[in-house]
Parts: sequence; structure tokens; C-alpha cells
Amino acid sequence: MSGYMTGILTVLSINIIMAYAIFLPAAAGQLNLGGAGFQALGAYATAFLSAKYGTPSWATIPAAMLVGGLVGGVLAFPLLRTKGVYLVLATFALAEVIAGAILNTTALGGAMGLSVPDYVGANVPMIAAACVTLFVFYLMATRFGLVMRAAHDDDVVTDLLGANVRAIRVVAFALGGALAGLSGALYALAFSFVDISTFNATISIYVLLYVLLGGTQTAFGPILGATFFTLLPEVLRSVLPQVKAFLAGIFGQTGAIAPPDESWRFIILGLLTVLMMIFRPEGLVTRTFIERLKGALRGQGARRKGAVA
Amino acid sequence: MLLIQQIINGVMLGSVYVTMAVAFTLTIGVLNFLNFTIPTLFMLAGMGAWALTAKGVPIIGAPLIPVVIAPIIAIVTTIAASLIVERFTFRYLKMKYGDSTEHAIPLVSSLGFLLIIENLVRIAYGTDPQRFTALEADFTFDIAGLMIRVPQLASLMISIGIVFAVNRALNHSRIGRGLRAVAENPDAANLLGVEANKLVPVIFMLTGLLCGLAGILFAMNYGEVSPQMGEDIGSKAIAGMVIGGLGSIWGAVIGGLIIGVAEMLTIHLFGADTVQVVVWGLLLVMLFFRPQGLLGHNSIGKGKL
Repeated sequence: MSGYMTGILTVLSINIIMAYAIFLPAAAGQLNLGGAGFQALGAYATAFLSAKYGTPSWATIPAAMLVGGLVGGVLAFPLLRTKGVYLVLATFALAEVIAGAILNTTALGGAMGLSVPDYVGANVPMIAAACVTLFVFYLMATRFGLVMRAAHDDDVVTDLLGANVRAIRVVAFALGGALAGLSGALYALAFSFVDISTFNATISIYVLLYVLLGGTQTAFGPILGATFFTLLPEVLRSVLPQVKAFLAGIFGQTGAIAPPDESWRFIILGLLTVLMMIFRPEGLVTRTFIERLKGALRGQGARRKGAVA
Repeated sequence: MLLIQQIINGVMLGSVYVTMAVAFTLTIGVLNFLNFTIPTLFMLAGMGAWALTAKGVPIIGAPLIPVVIAPIIAIVTTIAASLIVERFTFRYLKMKYGDSTEHAIPLVSSLGFLLIIENLVRIAYGTDPQRFTALEADFTFDIAGLMIRVPQLASLMISIGIVFAVNRALNHSRIGRGLRAVAENPDAANLLGVEANKLVPVIFMLTGLLCGLAGILFAMNYGEVSPQMGEDIGSKAIAGMVIGGLGSIWGAVIGGLIIGVAEMLTIHLFGADTVQVVVWGLLLVMLFFRPQGLLGHNSIGKGKL
């Protein structure tokens, strides 16, 4: 496997874990716009333990998950008092506070960042991503997952039917925090350097976007969204120059053509977001979609199945 | 004396936040929609005014525009952009309450527009900050040793004037009554003959106007524009709005000024690195203990979301 492919697979695995970290609270009806904050916690926990005490990676990764999960769980109580727009703002503010706190802590390197002596190859993030994916699929099939989905659709009725919505949401938020911590830890170990400016608000926005575009109804959504938006820039990197050359050819330009601006990728992501929200606001993969697919695969009347779902 | 000077500077800085916080609070109060394009619209006005005077119009290659007219064209462009955003984020999105992530649809859509507008500006004019001194006017006078810059004072006056005008329009005009009815209960307003579809663009035009003015005033005061200028100012305006209370115009004014003063005092007392912690910590504490903000109502952002 070439170095380029390994690099992409590492980033893809980290992004998939991060997508599930945002997916779990979102599946229970809570939008987290502070994903980068939790990721930063995990990354710095790993980097600090590794740089200061030489802790091996099999210990730092669980430690990072513990830090992310604990902070997520403890803060979930006051955070989840807020709803809707308030929760979006509160999580956003939380990420900014975490980033600001790390920036001002000299033990964590401040603005200079922290280099990580430890290193893991691409196989560890890939195995971790596979485990996380299986875990979330399993979780969504359990009673817990069912209540999460019910709380997402209507929290009042779910509460009336005897489910403890609050506890479910706190656990979902804490699990999300732990997964974000895991992705941060893997980032720190795979790139051997952490810098707080990497974990900025833009990252939180991107992760939330690709989870919502993939769909929050089923566990297929995040993996699809994360894969699509991680690979899209790579594909565009090779396709866009050709498109530009083609357009230049039409307008009669010849000779060397400068490669197109990097910013075009973000414009395409933005356009896709706007279009998706108009045509498929529930995300690409929905429950109905899965039911139809199953019906079609079984060879039964797909239309009949789809109507039921 | 230095402390009083810092507070004055804070109030002046706060006036930029105030204008944008009012734009945020209008869309939240009436439409229950956190409009993330507001920081980009602010940037569009500032960059637009600079580009028109320094680079001319791209693609069609129009000549440079004189400094007196450029800000007006920039503000009109901003209003037009805001209406385009309305068309695609709000008008055709089905709003069915019940599903708790569905309120996020216009919000997510506006995040998409944030990416589009900001990166289009990057492609057209590059990512570097640009000196924009054409508009900068530097008159200073001092009262008893306190320095007061005239452009800053003017922008504070203009900000407060706009807030008065918007507030008066909301309370006393026919359109304002309609908007308040929609804010209270969209369905009931619709039943009683308020044409929400015609009123919603008014909110977006006001948003464009407020952001445009804020962008121009910022360029006048600080003499620098960049494609990233909206991010920091915009997020602090959001913090100010929440502290003042979502949906309350005077709350946005007070919150914006609090953030401005808090920022200046933090820089004075602890240094620039701690600003982020203080501003966002203030917001977080506010959300934990008094989520409705200083002047907000309990109902906004709760019943419908």
C-alpha cells in the first residue's frame, strides 16, 4: 500500500470515529457543535501522557476515551438542560472554552503545540474504526438504541411511555464524548503532533455537516457521510484540474493552466449541503430508504414495503 | 484612568458586536433560525467595499469605484446576498415541528452558504488581510485625558440609531405587527391573514442591511478587511446575543456591549490569550444558570425547538 493510500485511510478512519461521536447524541435528538473540543481533549490527553510519562499507546488511548467520556458525561447534566438552538450554542461555547484553556496551559505547550513521541501505524485507526462501527450498529439494535431513536422523534411521548429520556441523553452524550476522545487520541498518535489550532470551530462544523448529510436515523448515515466527504477532496484534487483544463480549452486558451483554487472544494461541499437540505433534509440514508432497499433485495414488492415504512 | 479608557474602547468595540447581535436576534426571535450566514454577510460588505475601490468588479472588469459610492454598492450587494440565502435556506424548507433535529435544517443550510460565500470571496480576492485605508478617518479628541476616536463614536451612534429605528418599526408599523405575530405563533398568524411568506424576506433584508453597515463601520474603524474577518466578530456577536437573551433587541444591545467591555478589560488585565476563555466562559455560565439571558423570555427557543 502506498504512503498516500495509508494516509487517506488513517484520516478516513479518524473521521468515521468522529462522525459516530457526533452521531450518538444526534440520534438521541441533541446537536453537538463542539465536537472539536472533545477531540482536542482526547488528543491532548494522549500527547501529554505520552510526552511526559512515556505511557504506551495501549494505555493512552483508553485514557483519552475516559477523559472525553467523563467530561462529556459530567457536562451533559448542565448542557442538556438546554435544548435546540441553546444546546448548539452551549456546545459551541464549550469547545471554545476547551480550546482557550489548552491554549493558556503551558504544560500542554500552549500555542506551540505538543509533539508525541509515540506512534501507531494506519492499522490501529482502521481496526478502531471497524470496532466503533460494529459497536454503534449493535447499540442501535438494542433496547437502548430504540429508546434513543424514540427520544429523537418525540421526547415528551417517550417520557410518558416510561423511558428515562434524560438518562438516555446523558449516556449518549458521554459515549459521544468518549468516541471523540478516541478519534483525538488516534489523531495524536498517527500524526505525532498536536496543535490546538487544528481542533477549531470549522472542524466541528464539518463533522456535524457530514453526519447530518449522511443521515441521523440509521447507523449507515455517519459512515457514508464521513467516507464521502473525506474522499471527495481527494477525488476533486485530480478531477478539478481536468475540468478547468477542459473549460479553458473551450474558451480557446492553450498552454500551461494554473491548478484551480483549493477553495472550490468547500464551495462544492456548501452547494451539496444546501441542495441536500432542500431535497433530502433527513439525510441521504433514512429508515424508509433502508426498508425499501431490503424489500427490493428480497424480491418482494418494494413499493409495498416502502409504503409501510 | 487607563481602566476608564479601556472601558470606553470596549464600548466602541461592542458597537460592532451590537449591530450584528441585533441581526442574529431578529432572525432567532421571529423565525427561530440561527442564521450562520450573518458573519459572512458582514465580511462580504467589508471585502466588497475594499474590492470595489481597489480592484474593480471581477469578471465584467468594470473600472474602480469611487470611495463615496463603494460602501453603498457593497451594502446593496449584501442585502441581495441575504435575499438569495432566504430563498434557499428558508422559503422552500418544510418546517414540520416534532422531529427534534428538524429545526436544524435551515441552520445547516446556512452553514452551507457560509462555506460558499466565504470561499467565493477567497477565490476572487485571495485569503490575505488587506489594508483598507481609503475609508479610514482618524480624528481624535480627548476629554480630560480620555481619547475618543471620532469614527468609533460615529459608529456607536449609527449602531444605536439603527437599533432605535428597528425597534420602532417592529412596535409601530404594520409590517412590524405582522412580524411580531409570526414570532408569537406562525400558524395562528397565518390563519389571521398575516402573509408570512411576504414578511420573511423583510427580516432577511434587515439582516443584510445591519451586517452591511457593521462591515463598513468595522472597515472604517480598523482599516483592515479579510475573508476571515467575520468569524471572530460573528461568534462574539452570538455570545453577546445569548447573554442579552435570544429574541430581545435591547438584550442584544446590552449583551454586545458587555462582550466588548469584557474583551477589552480581559486584554488589559490578563493579556490577549485569555479573551477566548473569558468570553465563552461567560456565555457557558449564562447558559447553565439563566439560559433565557438577561432580558430574554422563557418561551423563545424552547417551545418551538
